[in-house]
Amino acid sequence: MNAHVKVPVWVDVGAVTDVPRRGARRVTSPRGDIAIFRTGDGEVFALMDACPHKGGPLSQGIVHGRAVACPLHNWSIDLASGEPMGADKGKGCTPVVPLEVRDGRLLLSLLMSVEAHG
Amino acid sequence: MTKEKLVVIGNGMAGCRAVEEVLKRDPDRYEIVIFGTEARVNYNRIMLSPVLAGEKSFADIVINDEAWYADNAITLHAGRAVTAVDLEGRKVVAEGGLEVAYDKLILATGSDPFRLPLPGIDLTGVVTFRDLDDVEAMVAASNKPGARAVVIGGGLLGLEAAYGLARRGMAATVVHLMDVLMERQLDESAGFLLREALAERGVETVMGAHSEEIVGQNGQVTGLKLKDGRTLPCDLLVMAVGIKPNAGLARNAGLAVNRGVVVDDAMRTSDPAVFAVGECAEHRGNCYGLVAPIWDMCRSLAESMTDGEGVYEGSVLSTRLKVSGVDVFSAGKFSGGEGCEDIVFRDAGRGVYKRVVIEDGKVAGAVLFGDAADGGWYFDLMRAGTSVTDIRETLIFGQAITEGLSGLDPNAAVAAMPDTQEICGCNGVCKGSIVSAIITQGLTTLEDVKAVTKASASCGSCTPLVEQVLKLTLGDGFKEQTGPKPMCKCTHKPHSDVRKAILDYELKSMPAVMQAMEWTTPDGCSSCRPALNYYLLCAWPSEYRDDKQSRYINERVHANIQKDGTYSVVPRMWGGMTTPDELRAIADVADKFAIPAVKVTGGQRIDLLGVKKDDLPAVWADLNAAGMVSGHAYAKGLRTVKTCVGSDWCRFGTQDSTGLGIRLEKFLWGSWAPAKVKLAVSGCPRNCAEATCKDFGVVCVDSGYEIHIGGAAGLHIQGTKVLTHVASEDEAVWVIAAAMQLYREEGWYLERVYKWMARVGLEAIQAKVIDPDQRKALYDRFVFSQRFARIDPWAERVAGRHTEEFTPMSRRMEFVPA
Repeated sequence: MNAHVKVPVWVDVGAVTDVPRRGARRVTSPRGDIAIFRTGDGEVFALMDACPHKGGPLSQGIVHGRAVACPLHNWSIDLASGEPMGADKGKGCTPVVPLEVRDGRLLLSLLMSVEAHG
Repeated sequence: MTKEKLVVIGNGMAGCRAVEEVLKRDPDRYEIVIFGTEARVNYNRIMLSPVLAGEKSFADIVINDEAWYADNAITLHAGRAVTAVDLEGRKVVAEGGLEVAYDKLILATGSDPFRLPLPGIDLTGVVTFRDLDDVEAMVAASNKPGARAVVIGGGLLGLEAAYGLARRGMAATVVHLMDVLMERQLDESAGFLLREALAERGVETVMGAHSEEIVGQNGQVTGLKLKDGRTLPCDLLVMAVGIKPNAGLARNAGLAVNRGVVVDDAMRTSDPAVFAVGECAEHRGNCYGLVAPIWDMCRSLAESMTDGEGVYEGSVLSTRLKVSGVDVFSAGKFSGGEGCEDIVFRDAGRGVYKRVVIEDGKVAGAVLFGDAADGGWYFDLMRAGTSVTDIRETLIFGQAITEGLSGLDPNAAVAAMPDTQEICGCNGVCKGSIVSAIITQGLTTLEDVKAVTKASASCGSCTPLVEQVLKLTLGDGFKEQTGPKPMCKCTHKPHSDVRKAILDYELKSMPAVMQAMEWTTPDGCSSCRPALNYYLLCAWPSEYRDDKQSRYINERVHANIQKDGTYSVVPRMWGGMTTPDELRAIADVADKFAIPAVKVTGGQRIDLLGVKKDDLPAVWADLNAAGMVSGHAYAKGLRTVKTCVGSDWCRFGTQDSTGLGIRLEKFLWGSWAPAKVKLAVSGCPRNCAEATCKDFGVVCVDSGYEIHIGGAAGLHIQGTKVLTHVASEDEAVWVIAAAMQLYREEGWYLERVYKWMARVGLEAIQAKVIDPDQRKALYDRFVFSQRFARIDPWAERVAGRHTEEFTPMSRRMEFVPA
């Protein structure tokens, strides 16, 4: 009998340079949008595209240092940990999506449904 | 006892240094033969840049002259390339069939400059920057009067080449693929300062430039064509885009080769009798192109070759740029990273930028520009892994200050200073003069001290010291500075100082402002960046390029974000007037894109709510096609001009309020401002358009127009004040445009008109917009700015500007197990 199981796979979503410095791009996924950020220093991060506060799309915020300001209520979210910073510290957390750079390409680790034979 | 035979292939820095290190340990062990492809003795290749610049001669950079070879009984085959290595037979074969046997062989073949495979690569005048022949070719080219050079590559070598050529009198341009010079060593702030420093030295830089073709005439290079269509004319083209290890000989001989010749920690290759050092070697996956690691490798190689135990464990790198008068140092993690903390210091007066990155209480890296004297100290702290927790406060000021103050609290340190100690270096003020000024003239604040002694009045870097002196001298009488509030946590400077400096010093980019105003962060924050972006746009409308990443999302996508992440779209309806065609087009758009809500706004227009981001360009395209443009309902700038029907229809109307409203909106639209700006024009004092609670309002009366200013009807409720009364519609437009420009120039970012008015006073505004000369000047500046602002942002985006903003990245499958 066949069953669907979820396995993590690396998915190429584009070049590092497709994301503007101090900016972000969205990637759609079955689990919801993912935001990929690139800092002024050229580092890249991926988080689920939802603020822990009211679900604001973080990909639309202003990227400063290693944080993004949510466009809805200006919470600052740490790009590395997904946690709110400053006064909102400790109020929830946005899930981090594993991201790797290989040869200038962005690879996201996503859970994909595959058919298992068993 | 017969000596062992040592053959060295490579007469460069690595080969000769390896021989020196061996001789130092055991001078009699080997009979040494060196092969070199260049027909000259060993010289210091990294000093070729000063030779090119004419600051040194070849003789100055020779490391080992002929006497050295003779004294050590070394046979040098200069200008003779080795063509093969026979590992089985333990011999090398050189040009002309010369064969030399060896017991030990050292490969020090260095690297080759990488040549981009561009059309035209073989033209005369296309050179690399690797050896003295290249330098001689470049010097020869620079002798032609008016000659121009283009250098491809904005890394260390390319910049040094360009600087040398500029020193030789050539017009030199560096073309760099990335947006930051030396991006592997510098962050954006330091890269920006470097560009400026190079420009002062006659080196132009073109960033983000993709080279397409080298063009020429009669076999001689005449220019470099870029992918954007530009052609940069040149008589000399230098390629400095990187190096690749020269491992061909090793590969042909059958040694293990990846990128370079693979060596172990003893610098031994896959054949135990053969060693490799320098740029041709690959150690633990790394190939090095800098000199310090080569010295490390040579030491460990010499140990292994003299029965010692050579252990090379890789090198931590630091870089210095050799351009006279430009101090640049970089080491380690210069751009931070997870769990890192930045300490930034800027001194605008001296053009200094320092950034030290701390990780786990230790120095993880540093970038220094303008004053790199402490580079070695930071590098030592970094390599030794010294904890810097205790010296964190003073670390950024360097070794001398840190060690001078260690163990002392800052108060004690200042107290211990002699009266003759200079505190303010810019103005030459010593501690004694500050103390006596405080006592004799009864000074109590930093501003007083600044005004009287000029201490800390220039670059401001001694401000904390001056404050300490004040505290010590006054004790409890000291008053903390209560000056204007700083813009944000990135700076000590208030808005007005920053705006003034942008004009006074002609600062035209964000890095320029951050440097001049001594920002304490590398690239600002979400509160200062939008403000600076506006200030620059307002000051330099024709020159400054708007920074999209410094705008709030609504201004970036020209729509208003809603709580569910969808957007609302408001087309402009000039003066609140519309037509059946426009209404039909809006209805069609709402149907076509299944827009869930359509609402009439308070500003007399229609809001389409719940538009998906990806649909925005298509929605705008349809609205554009019906003649409508963005209503800027999201902008820190002109929003809407509300009107009543006025003398056209109303039996009480005194003037054509609708016509004036439309005229004002068509004139002012597209302009950016510190905060949103709302207008209204009422046709009579009954004020149906509610003009007396707007930022600017007009109330028409029989004798003309009352111009109002500074109303608010939001968080704060406030009626307007009368700015002036004018007789004609033209004058009404002039006054409002002038007042708008004054607000644009004086308002602080996010400060509404009524708050600005409260700060500067109605009279001050009146004086400027009523005086005909000042009004005319303000009006003209506004008109000039509008030439660049009155562009429909929707149409631009429909035409393809910033398409990446509206399209998600695509997912390409790649089934690699995670």
